[in-house]
Amino acid sequence: MSARMDEDAVVFRGVSKNYGTLVALDAIDLRIPRGQSVAVLGPNGAGKTTAISLLLGLRSASAGSISVLGGNPREQAVRARVGAMLQSSGLPEYLRVDEAIALFRSYYPAPLPIDELLSLAGLTEKARMRVARLSGGQVQRLYFALALCGNPELLVLDEPTVGRDVEARRSLLATISEIAKRGRTVLMSTHYLDEADAIADRVVVIDRGHIIADGTPSEVKGAVGRKRVSFTSRVALDDERFVRNGERYEALTESPESLLRELFARNVEIEELTVTGATLEEAFVALTAGEHRHVA
Amino acid sequence: MSLEIAPFAPMLRAQTKIEFIRLLRNPWFSIATVVFPIMFYAFFGLAQARMPYMNATVGLYLLASFSAYAVMSISLFSFGASVAAERGNGATRLMRAAPLRPLAYFAGKFIASMAFGGIAVLLLVLFARVAGGVALPAPALVLLLARLLLGSLPFVALGFAVGYLAGLNAAVAILNLITLPLAFASGLFVPLDQLPPFVQSIAPYLPSYHFGQLAWGAVGATSEPWQRAALWLLGYCALFTWVAVRAYYREERKEFA
Repeated sequence: MSARMDEDAVVFRGVSKNYGTLVALDAIDLRIPRGQSVAVLGPNGAGKTTAISLLLGLRSASAGSISVLGGNPREQAVRARVGAMLQSSGLPEYLRVDEAIALFRSYYPAPLPIDELLSLAGLTEKARMRVARLSGGQVQRLYFALALCGNPELLVLDEPTVGRDVEARRSLLATISEIAKRGRTVLMSTHYLDEADAIADRVVVIDRGHIIADGTPSEVKGAVGRKRVSFTSRVALDDERFVRNGERYEALTESPESLLRELFARNVEIEELTVTGATLEEAFVALTAGEHRHVA
Repeated sequence: MSLEIAPFAPMLRAQTKIEFIRLLRNPWFSIATVVFPIMFYAFFGLAQARMPYMNATVGLYLLASFSAYAVMSISLFSFGASVAAERGNGATRLMRAAPLRPLAYFAGKFIASMAFGGIAVLLLVLFARVAGGVALPAPALVLLLARLLLGSLPFVALGFAVGYLAGLNAAVAILNLITLPLAFASGLFVPLDQLPPFVQSIAPYLPSYHFGQLAWGAVGATSEPWQRAALWLLGYCALFTWVAVRAYYREERKEFA
């Protein structure tokens, strides 16, 4: 079969997922072309893991349709072209590292050589160690090697850096970038914008089951970096940078210090001042609405 | 032209290999299923090995009993404990995301368990021969192995059912609670005629009793006709398979729907 480059790597059309009355994903539309590296960003419970479970065929959608590499993600022929690193998964602990890799290699029609997998994951020295004796970071690296076993066209990683130290995180991200540069499609979920920035061409932000932003890392970074400044003032402030609600004024700004300095310099009497990090949702309201409230 | 999915035979071979490794590297499993039967046989079987019993000898009769116990407990534990463990630690999820074919997964467990059961019986037969001079003719040995391996299917199904119904820690306890009383009440540890009348009266309704009958018949000891034992085991196999399949689909609906 020739590489089907014309197909998108992932297409979600109106995909919803409910767990009982809980709506985990609400009518998501998402198209990921081949070769793109995408970070899915969002807080806990946003729907990241649900979206990944659906695209791996581990769960089925309540509504809508999902296509992965042009097929149904529940088909073995599609799974054979996808590599996955899951968040809550385990391995038989009695196996050695090389035995676990050999097992997963047997699942794929054209697996990568075992030595290459060990070296990509940085486990060459630990090849003969039992899974039960690996450190947390080493187990994560083994999961990474297993995800790469089939030389996947689409690599899916659900929060791969959780619980890793700085160095392990850096080296994993470097390896992921390397794989993305080989033309593979990479989809990684994360809590951290800097990680998204390091590996992704595109950042998709999910919150409460909705895609609230979709753009380049720099677009998204600009929005998330802002703080919300909120205060009351008895004197009417005629300033378009603020949203006024009675006596309360609010503004989103990348630099709350200079905004406040300016207000004090103007001798504006303010009370009940708070400066808070903008929530992801707040930060992206502007992006999704296409309405850039920009301050300071 | 590259293949769309991996060839089945190497996948099955790899899956069988790790299942075998699992059994070998779990010392408690090997002790409970290989060492215990040999030890029990040393205590009970060797002393009066040549004494006639049930148209055979005590040595042969107990050889069949402990072979049946070994194969039964291997079937129950290798399926039940491994399925529960893999569900418990999330290995099932990882394997499902990979293009592992379910048939290879189940067949790998089955082949490894059968091989382990066969080895346990052969070791016991060898021990009886060397330590007790109890000679089991080759045709009888082949018959014993064939009957035990085929007759273990209900226990395989019961193991699966427990594996899908019980949590990781509960599974091993539940399997012990099934295996030991079943083996005892069916006369696999102590011959039935030495058990309390109450136990003797319920024994003919237990799958392990009919499993034992197949084994005793294979060494020439008096037993019920093999056809009747096979029919009982078939019925239990259908029942336990039904429970296992229901438990499997319950899990599917919960975790993978």
